[in-house]
Amino acid sequence: MSGPDQPPKASAEETHGSEAPQGPQNPTPPADEAAAAGADGDLPVRLGQERLNEPVVRTGMFGIHGTPDTSGYGTLRVYRAPLLDSPRPYGSYFDVVADTLGGALQADGLGFSDAVEHVVVDRGELTFYVRRERLPEVAKKLRDDPELRFELCTGVSGVHYPEDAGRELHAVYHMLSITHNRRVRLEVSVPDADPHVPSLVGVYPTCNWHERETWDFFGIVFDGHPSLTRIEMPDDWKGHPQRKDYPLGGIPVEYRGAKIPPPEDRRHYS
Amino acid sequence: MGLEEKLPSGILLTSVEKVAGWARARSVWPATFGLACCAIELFQTGGPKHDLARFGMERASNTPRQADLMIVAGRLSQKMAPVTRQIYDQMADPKWVISMGVCASSGGMFNNYAIVQGCDHIIPVDIYLPGCPPRPEMLLDAILKLHDKIQNMKLGKDRDREITELEEARLNMRPLHLPVPEGSEL
Amino acid sequence: MSSSMPHAAAGASDAEAAEGRVYTVSGEDWDEIVAAAQSDDFESGERLVVNMGPQHPSTHGVLRLVLTLEGETVAEVRPAIGYLHTGIEKNMEYRTWTQGVTFCTRADYLMPIFNETAYCLAVERLLGIEDKVPERAQIIRVLMMEINRISSHLGGIAPMGLELGATTIYTQGARWRERTLDLLELITGLRMNHAFIRPGGVSQDLPPGALDAIRAFLDSSRPLVRRLHALIDANPIFIGRNKDVAYLDLQGCMALGVTGPILRATGLPWDLRKAQPYCGYETYDFDVPTTDTCDAYGRYLIRMRELDESMKIIRQCVDRLAARGSGGPDKDPVMIRDAKIGWPAALSLGPDGLGPSPEHIAHIMGQSMEALIHHFKILTEGFRVPAGQAYAAIESPRGELGAHVVSDGDTRPYRVHLRDPSFTHLQAVAAMCEGGMVADLIPAIASLDPVMGGVDR
Repeated sequence: MSGPDQPPKASAEETHGSEAPQGPQNPTPPADEAAAAGADGDLPVRLGQERLNEPVVRTGMFGIHGTPDTSGYGTLRVYRAPLLDSPRPYGSYFDVVADTLGGALQADGLGFSDAVEHVVVDRGELTFYVRRERLPEVAKKLRDDPELRFELCTGVSGVHYPEDAGRELHAVYHMLSITHNRRVRLEVSVPDADPHVPSLVGVYPTCNWHERETWDFFGIVFDGHPSLTRIEMPDDWKGHPQRKDYPLGGIPVEYRGAKIPPPEDRRHYS
Repeated sequence: MGLEEKLPSGILLTSVEKVAGWARARSVWPATFGLACCAIELFQTGGPKHDLARFGMERASNTPRQADLMIVAGRLSQKMAPVTRQIYDQMADPKWVISMGVCASSGGMFNNYAIVQGCDHIIPVDIYLPGCPPRPEMLLDAILKLHDKIQNMKLGKDRDREITELEEARLNMRPLHLPVPEGSEL
Repeated sequence: MSSSMPHAAAGASDAEAAEGRVYTVSGEDWDEIVAAAQSDDFESGERLVVNMGPQHPSTHGVLRLVLTLEGETVAEVRPAIGYLHTGIEKNMEYRTWTQGVTFCTRADYLMPIFNETAYCLAVERLLGIEDKVPERAQIIRVLMMEINRISSHLGGIAPMGLELGATTIYTQGARWRERTLDLLELITGLRMNHAFIRPGGVSQDLPPGALDAIRAFLDSSRPLVRRLHALIDANPIFIGRNKDVAYLDLQGCMALGVTGPILRATGLPWDLRKAQPYCGYETYDFDVPTTDTCDAYGRYLIRMRELDESMKIIRQCVDRLAARGSGGPDKDPVMIRDAKIGWPAALSLGPDGLGPSPEHIAHIMGQSMEALIHHFKILTEGFRVPAGQAYAAIESPRGELGAHVVSDGDTRPYRVHLRDPSFTHLQAVAAMCEGGMVADLIPAIASLDPVMGGVDR
């Protein structure tokens, strides 16, 4: 069990005092179950336990690896914080949005937690982690429900988390409601082995090129996209450049006898 | 090509070179190959403050067929490289290339998969102009140096000799190595 | 036209396809095409596929348009982009947070300050220091953004004239733009790609004499504004080519995610500076110009009016800075005072060039060990940003520019994505131009004002 044994340095290192969860990880119980388990009292304990299951983000300190390390910080292991739902009330307009979305989904016979895995409120922004099968329905509800009216989707971007087994590729959608002056973020996680996400082109036509770009750079396949082809890279390019396992591709630069390594090979202080 | 091919080296050829050089240098039509940020500085160089028109260059020929000078202004991406080569090939001789900015000269700050590390991988360059982006005054300086080069360019037999001499000089160029002490390579 | 006709260019061909006769144009065969069009075989339903770009004078950078033409009418237009893809976002993952500013500033190179501001606002949100950025820094940020807005709009209006063949609009626009670049150079040291706005504030305070220079600029701009208005606004050729061209109504804008002057041309006064203010914009007095014609001419009018509004805001910034006086870095800092985040050294010009000021060097070498450590750590390693993600959106001259920044607690960004307005707006080219004439493509794209650096990043 954790408690005083858990590495306090890790949490201080990670979050600078903010206890808001970040980063995606192994699925944790959704909001309602956590609330039922008496979360408040158990929270630090659970954080410690789950943290040990999380991927290790960094080892050691001062960027020292493999050399005689007399600092004593060499065996430091920094774990990624687990993804926990934010406790209610979320604050600001987030509660209204979450409740209205839940109501709209229920009116169609879909449970809120069938569609939305987690709800995270962090840094003043609301994020719904949506299951990929339900993504078009959630987007439609966000767009059409008069209380929500997120008319504008400002685009899709991908993020690649190679350490998160089973949830490596994320597609992040940002929505803007002009009527209510609100913003919300939708995030969908898919595994590398099966990187398919339903396309939102039917709901938000603006996602057309954004999805092409995300396919081009990350390899996320958007099912139902009218023409999913490379958009930024040349048409016959191999590989998806912005994935973490794709090299930056720099070359060493030689100048007057000195050789400077490309950016990906330079010293990294962490 | 023309008259100068048939002239023997001598006073006559030199006079023709002078006249031809004088005429060519004063009416260079750039095929502005404006790619990125440097294109904006090129745009300002064409403006009233730093005026390209005083050098006879304000008529930017948008078709490479009628252009003399290709100013590669900006970062050259991998996707754009074959297009660059095609545009260069479409230009008629005599043609010159200024690679404007560090991205066009050497890849600049973008040492990665997407950028060709110097447009001289694709086309031969006459003048390299560093800067990120180079000021219009720097671009004008590069253009004037190019004008000097054009003006002093030899023709016919003299040109063949000049090319051979330049090639010899390049092949015998010593590398810019300083003596590096043992074990201190980065 | 028989299929055994020799073609002038190697790539040209003609073939019978399901749609009818397909002629592929690849250069040097214009005579053939004209002859074919004039021959009796040519029916009015014949289509030509013409490739425009990526090198073409009438595009804003390396944009390639594949057009399917029926006579003069555009049946289909498909923009092809990626000819300027630089991998800026991936590059930023290999540099520290502050170094990232020098990369993102080169994305949309006509509005570098806006790229920097969007990125820095997102980083500051992740750091949790949004309300701790010094007020002087916020005023300077607004000042720089509005000067950049003027130079960016001029960088759109001047080529608008050039592409239509009106070189005087170009030279007059370039002339005024030169003055804004002089101002930017005075304040930041560079005419473009400034790397001036950093997480935590701005890199330097205004140099002495800057406020007077800005006031002189504002005063000398009045005749230039009048001249541009007189030259363009009622120009029958400009109106003829821009009025009722490139129509995109509100529904189209919402579906295609279009913001900025194009959205405001539909009549909706949506401006993030008013709706979701940042950097203290709620305290400035300015209007949001709109028209309701949804066409290229309306967008041009909005840009011209936004120039006036920007000058209003600049005057207010200058008055505020003058009222604050020149407090100096201790009383009125331009960088956050947090020693673990704020850039430690104010630059000054010394006998050996630009570098940390002698006072700063004396402080870190002689007076404070902590200051030396902070200086060293921040300059080599950079500061750490707590893990999380943030999206900060600002109203750039082209529309909503957003920066989605993901951190995993490291000294380098984990992922930065710039949501660029030009990228989204280029999708709207098809909706605006299909069914119109080829010649209308040029003013349509000019009215969108895309910058390919932002499109391709």
